[in-house]
Amino acid sequence: MAGTGTLHLRESDQVLSVEELVVEFPAKGGGTVHAVSGISFDVVDGETLGILGESGCGKSSAGRALMQLPPPTAGSVRLQGAELTGTSRRELRGRRAGMQMIFQDPVSSLNPRRRVKDLVAEGPRTRGEKVDEARIREVLTAVGLDPDVVWDRRPHELSGGQCQRVCIARALMLDPELLICDEPVSSLDVSVQAQILNLLEETKRRYRLSMVFIAHDLAVVKNISDRIMVMYLGKVCEIVPSGALKESARHPYTRLLLESVPEAHLPGARDETSISATSAELPSPLDPPSGCRFRTRCPLATDVCASEEPRLRPAGEGHYVACHHADL
Amino acid sequence: MTNAPALLEEQAAASPSGPLLVVDELRTTIHTPRGDLRAVDGVSLTLDRGEMLGIVGESGSGKSVLGRTIMGLHTTGPTTTIQGRVAFDGLDIQQLEPARLRELWGDRIGMVFQDPMTALNPVKKIGVHLTETLRKHRGLSRAEARDRALELLAQVGIPDPRRRIGQFPHEMSGGMRQRVVIAMALANEPDLLIADEPTTALDVTVQRQILDLLDRLQDELGMAVILISHNLGVVAGRADRVAVMYAGRVVETAEAASLFRAPHHPYAEALLDAIPRLELPPHLRLDAIDGAPPNMLRPPPGCRFAPRCRYAQDDCVATMPTLAATPGVPDHRFACFHPVHLDAPEPAAPTADTAGGR
Repeated sequence: MAGTGTLHLRESDQVLSVEELVVEFPAKGGGTVHAVSGISFDVVDGETLGILGESGCGKSSAGRALMQLPPPTAGSVRLQGAELTGTSRRELRGRRAGMQMIFQDPVSSLNPRRRVKDLVAEGPRTRGEKVDEARIREVLTAVGLDPDVVWDRRPHELSGGQCQRVCIARALMLDPELLICDEPVSSLDVSVQAQILNLLEETKRRYRLSMVFIAHDLAVVKNISDRIMVMYLGKVCEIVPSGALKESARHPYTRLLLESVPEAHLPGARDETSISATSAELPSPLDPPSGCRFRTRCPLATDVCASEEPRLRPAGEGHYVACHHADL
Repeated sequence: MTNAPALLEEQAAASPSGPLLVVDELRTTIHTPRGDLRAVDGVSLTLDRGEMLGIVGESGSGKSVLGRTIMGLHTTGPTTTIQGRVAFDGLDIQQLEPARLRELWGDRIGMVFQDPMTALNPVKKIGVHLTETLRKHRGLSRAEARDRALELLAQVGIPDPRRRIGQFPHEMSGGMRQRVVIAMALANEPDLLIADEPTTALDVTVQRQILDLLDRLQDELGMAVILISHNLGVVAGRADRVAVMYAGRVVETAEAASLFRAPHHPYAEALLDAIPRLELPPHLRLDAIDGAPPNMLRPPPGCRFAPRCRYAQDDCVATMPTLAATPGVPDHRFACFHPVHLDAPEPAAPTADTAGGR
């Protein structure tokens, strides 16, 4: 299956390069779930790439496929130039350590029976490394936890925000180059969400990380990302520098997302260029629409959208759009 | 307490066009093995017919317990003590017999819960969920109830109601299920709808549609709505009035526009500042609220927000501030000794005040 193009890929400095990534799952009763259908993207050194989309758009499947959890159906994932797909399990273990993942639900991603000191040391220990206490203390302090207070605590004795800090500390213990965050703040209250976003930003600077930040909340993604990749039903719709998201996003789906933000009603955020989806329902990923996958909900759709899949075209500095009608 | 019902009925008789709902010094205390948890700790509010009130606060602020106590789902018993009064159209909810309460629920008071997955019975078809309440409260026949159910499904924007009515909840998406829950709550055109985080489990595009739907139905049916959410953004632009809750108490209440323009309580200000905003440039440091809400088994003395408040002074720890009106704006009330934005100009410069401009 053809992807949406590779024009937007860059020449050098990539920490992560992904080409023609395809993730498919067998569905009950025959059929195949087309979770991700040929997407390509890269992350350069020190960059944060935001992946934005609704549930079912394949953003989490894409994130997990980067980690080879499970390995993608097809395509290539390279971390610092080293190929991860198709390598043996043992080799993968070594190469993948440079990439760490943070999940949506911080409480359930921690073993409830372990204490913070052991949770944080777990990564290096499973790799057979000795972990000294000073290092654990240093990382806990870096994520804003007081080692003396949380040292012997178990996850249920911590708040959601504190658990997410422990998860970030766990990831940092392995000296990663790339952090993959899958909806890391969507289960948190606004006030805690702001704390964690600030922490991720600080951590990134301090440990010289690159980041893939997967979320459905536009304002959150915009706040933390340098570039934003908008996904819909397993395809890339648009790649846009985050500073230009609100003003220059062109894809009708991105516009629809922008329109739907409830914060648009806060004072000082009025903007009435209304685009309304013709239907609320995401088509089934078992049988995605032909051509442009957004056409069934798109107010601009014409015949060409059904027959021909739009490819990413340049729309400005670092800005690419996959739509036949985007320049209308 | 004993003469409360009589007093309320008197009030209702005196002014039939008075507020639909009066909550007076309500306290819901939950007895836990670790001690008494004061989930709602002295909340007073009123709601007019056809008005939408937004209740906003972090998790643990008591907003959901407040909603459930108003509904009569929490009553005084072995695990819970309720003090104060909830008067719904002159009826003292806490004094009503369970049978009378059941007459109110689904008929005059509807409730939409956060999680549409668990609010529906997985082994019953959509049609049964909707016709049950119609047949019970309205005495409609099977066929009449089915017609009305189809009408309701269409009203909440579910395409192809004839097919959907025969489906089970698991055959529908989260957004569709939440529409069904709303249709159930609306079946008998209640006077009051309590929506507790109705869109938290849903995607942004669906969230917008559900909120628009509530907005539209509120206008069409003249319902009063209590919209409970942890996100001020959800409430902005929808609610007529907003009450901000912290640690079981209302710390600020005002007309929505007035509150968003110039929040006076530091907590309300901080909640607004913590929201990432689309119109601001990326990588801007957010104004997070440090710390966590207090343990409601042992709330701190004085102002409960004081330990996290950047403006706190000695008097905040010594005495608890009570809700008082803003000079010149009687509807805008706040409980704080050191309010912010008091000199905010009336209509102008909203962005700088609310968007973390400091």
